[in-house]
Amino acid sequence: MGIIRILAPYLTLLRPNLVQNHQLIMARRLYASRTIGVDKNVWVEFTQLAADYKAVNLGQGFPDFSPPQFVQDAFCKAVSGGPQMHQYTRAFGHPRLVKSLAKFFSRVVGHEIDPFEDVLVTVGAYQALFCAFQALIDDGDEVIIVEPFFDCYQPMVLMAGGTAVYVPLRPKGGSSVLSSGDWVLSAEELASKITPRTKAIVINTPNNPLGKVYKVEELQMIADLCIKHDLLCFSDEVYEWLTYDGAKHVKIASLPGMWERTITVGSAGKTFSATGWKVGWAISSGKLIKHMKIIHQNSVYHCATAAQEAVSHGFDREYELFGTPESYFQQLPATLHQKRQKLASCLRSVGLQPVMPEGGYFMITDISSVNVDLNDESTKNESYDFRFVKWLIKEKGLATIPVSAFFSPEHSKEFDKYIRFCFVKEDSTLEAAEEILRKWSQKE
Amino acid sequence: MFTNAAFFSPACEKRSVLLEHWSCLNSTATSVMASRHTHAKRIEGLDKNVWVAFTSLAADPSIVNLGQGFPDIPPPSYVKDALAKAASVDRMNQYTRGFGHPSLVKALSQVYGKVYSRQVDPLKEILVTVGGYGSLFSTIQGLVDEGDEVIIVEPFFDCYVPMVRMAGAKPVLIPLRPKPGKKTVSSADWYLDPDELSAKFSSKTKAIIINTPNNPIGKVFTRGELQMIADLCIKHDTLCFSDEVYEWLVYKGHQHVKIATLPGMWDRTITIGSAGKTFSVTGWKLGWSIGPEHLIKHLQTVMQNTLYTCPTPLQEAVAQGLLLNYKLMGQPDCYFSSLAEELEGKRDHLAAILQEAGMSPVVPEGGYFMLVDVTPLNQDLSHMGDDEAYDYKFVKWMIKEKKLAAIPVTAFVGEESKEQFEKYIRLCFIKVDHKMSMGKNVPPFISFWFAAMETNLITF
Repeated sequence: MGIIRILAPYLTLLRPNLVQNHQLIMARRLYASRTIGVDKNVWVEFTQLAADYKAVNLGQGFPDFSPPQFVQDAFCKAVSGGPQMHQYTRAFGHPRLVKSLAKFFSRVVGHEIDPFEDVLVTVGAYQALFCAFQALIDDGDEVIIVEPFFDCYQPMVLMAGGTAVYVPLRPKGGSSVLSSGDWVLSAEELASKITPRTKAIVINTPNNPLGKVYKVEELQMIADLCIKHDLLCFSDEVYEWLTYDGAKHVKIASLPGMWERTITVGSAGKTFSATGWKVGWAISSGKLIKHMKIIHQNSVYHCATAAQEAVSHGFDREYELFGTPESYFQQLPATLHQKRQKLASCLRSVGLQPVMPEGGYFMITDISSVNVDLNDESTKNESYDFRFVKWLIKEKGLATIPVSAFFSPEHSKEFDKYIRFCFVKEDSTLEAAEEILRKWSQKE
Repeated sequence: MFTNAAFFSPACEKRSVLLEHWSCLNSTATSVMASRHTHAKRIEGLDKNVWVAFTSLAADPSIVNLGQGFPDIPPPSYVKDALAKAASVDRMNQYTRGFGHPSLVKALSQVYGKVYSRQVDPLKEILVTVGGYGSLFSTIQGLVDEGDEVIIVEPFFDCYVPMVRMAGAKPVLIPLRPKPGKKTVSSADWYLDPDELSAKFSSKTKAIIINTPNNPIGKVFTRGELQMIADLCIKHDTLCFSDEVYEWLVYKGHQHVKIATLPGMWDRTITIGSAGKTFSVTGWKLGWSIGPEHLIKHLQTVMQNTLYTCPTPLQEAVAQGLLLNYKLMGQPDCYFSSLAEELEGKRDHLAAILQEAGMSPVVPEGGYFMLVDVTPLNQDLSHMGDDEAYDYKFVKWMIKEKKLAAIPVTAFVGEESKEQFEKYIRLCFIKVDHKMSMGKNVPPFISFWFAAMETNLITF
């Protein structure tokens, strides 16, 4: 009798496990319908694979070198600052940071930005995008996404009840597509995708994964359509400081008629090579920001204080040094310019064809000339580039990301012969990759 | 247009004037059309927020802020040191695992494995979020659908209702009630009527949200009370979202019980915790959800589509803090229990002084808030109009006239329960602020308390 009493709690705990394979816990569906179709995620899959095989990782987009000393110092200073550095700050953005951002970007955009009305600080640019979609996209709204697109835009549109409509950047006619500048948007194709239900268009410049830096006339074409059809524009500009070969980053929000309909998203992680701090922002007219604030106050409410304080100091320093050789916004692109060259020549030397990016962290490479036997049953039903990338991780110990992950289902087959490399890595990492590629090409 | 590099050129300035003029004209023309840009329906009616309102009122440095729930004492030094150390490691400044930094989820798994007396899988049964707030959001977005009903116990931490509404679901409220015939001197004098609660469950009920220790009352639900709730969850096949951010702040004579440990509850409960409340670092905004894989995976889906990952160095530092205290669990210098001991002293002093001055504090069994019944003060606020509940007016009056900020308790209840709670204000006692220039006409009880603080009767 005593034994049964002792065992009883354990038996009741076991019971649910016994029924786990059928009925489970609830007769009706556990999960909310907004999570349907947004559960798969390319990063979760490939990051795990790269870790499992201890691959040289040129896959996920983060630097493997440290943030600049001045922001690290600012962070340490914040951490050892008064108790208030470790307690809640202003929900919509630490006052010191929103003031620094407003001051800095007012000068860039040529428009007075109100720190408290026109700026929302978020947990990375990722959360800024989330707030924009949730605040402004409703059931049945259509959102035009220019592809290739950073993969989160599509599930975010879906989760907001919207419908994604895709318009691809296409390589210009002709055989040698050597630069991201050769990938263009067709004005007619874009215009044809606009319907009375279109609410917004999402652009990303410099573009991930392609590296395209939209020229002013390209942005003007998009702006004209936004104004004509009264659309909103979500402009993801996280790589805004990283342009090469004299390409100039242009803010679509600074074009006439665009300030009040554009949400510009930025990232401290990409700006200061500190992706792990997860500090981002949205800047727009107060009329749009106020809706995003409601999402923010009902989802995360506050962002971490100390990191915001540190980023604020970073921007103040850059405000003073802007345009000078000491500016990190000059030095970082100069460093990355070298790394970009290094990776590109290494890829060419083994017979691959990189598309030179005008900006950003990434380079895509055409792998159609590569002949390998992708003898892997487990990836049989996946697209070519997915299979190739997995093979490259498992057989060669080199991690990259398949580019069709950045295309819509309807167009991914057209673009399944490209893989994406991140070159924002220490030279030693790039050299290790070079070594792998060299060995591989020699064997062939 | 302006490029990042072009702003130095003088031609820019002329262009900027022209463009400003031009965009001004354009915006007049488009502002008529811009009315088409309505916000999404999901945010309708969710703009009001008691914190946004009262934090700005209390922001004036001359006001002593016992309103918002955050400590103004420093966190333990080892936690700050761990953060500084983490930030000095290159890799710690870059992205970590989306669902939670490996060393943090492992530490959480150890601590909670011990607390739950069961294995907690660090990768599948834990999600790290942006504060307890972020956990609530991921839970509700992941598991609550349009048309669902969610039972919420009043008074509730104010975000529960807007979050449920944002998910398109209906909040069904049930108040904690004072035990009949008893004066409310302790948070234990408030209870949930089992019949009343039972009647709130319907075929549409997806979940019930409970908060123990409760904010703002400080009630620590007993095992019997939780069993009553658990029985209803099982009978009606609902989920339970248990907000336990104050789980370590439980005072002598009371025990924090995790509803997830009751039979049949692990598989249907999400339990929420907070680094901010555990280590007195609310500004770190880290929290976690713990539950079975078949529920946590949906929260993970929400996470990967909202902000993807939480800051790395902060997670590493919390991991270190948890590991350190894991080794000390059960010993007096474990922060999980030592903080509670220190706060108990503050609680008792505040309660005593309020009582001496003829006020009616509700002594909390847990958490770091205390309700105070302001009825005895008999403050006439008719000059402030009648469009707000009494406690809202009282707090605004107190901020303005007495330079003391609290939070009105009706912010934590629905319309129908406002009358029951409008004579209560909420004070936060995890404070050590000596900078009070309160001056004029301070009600005796307040000056008593601050005098006590100044003479170090209340110390940290």
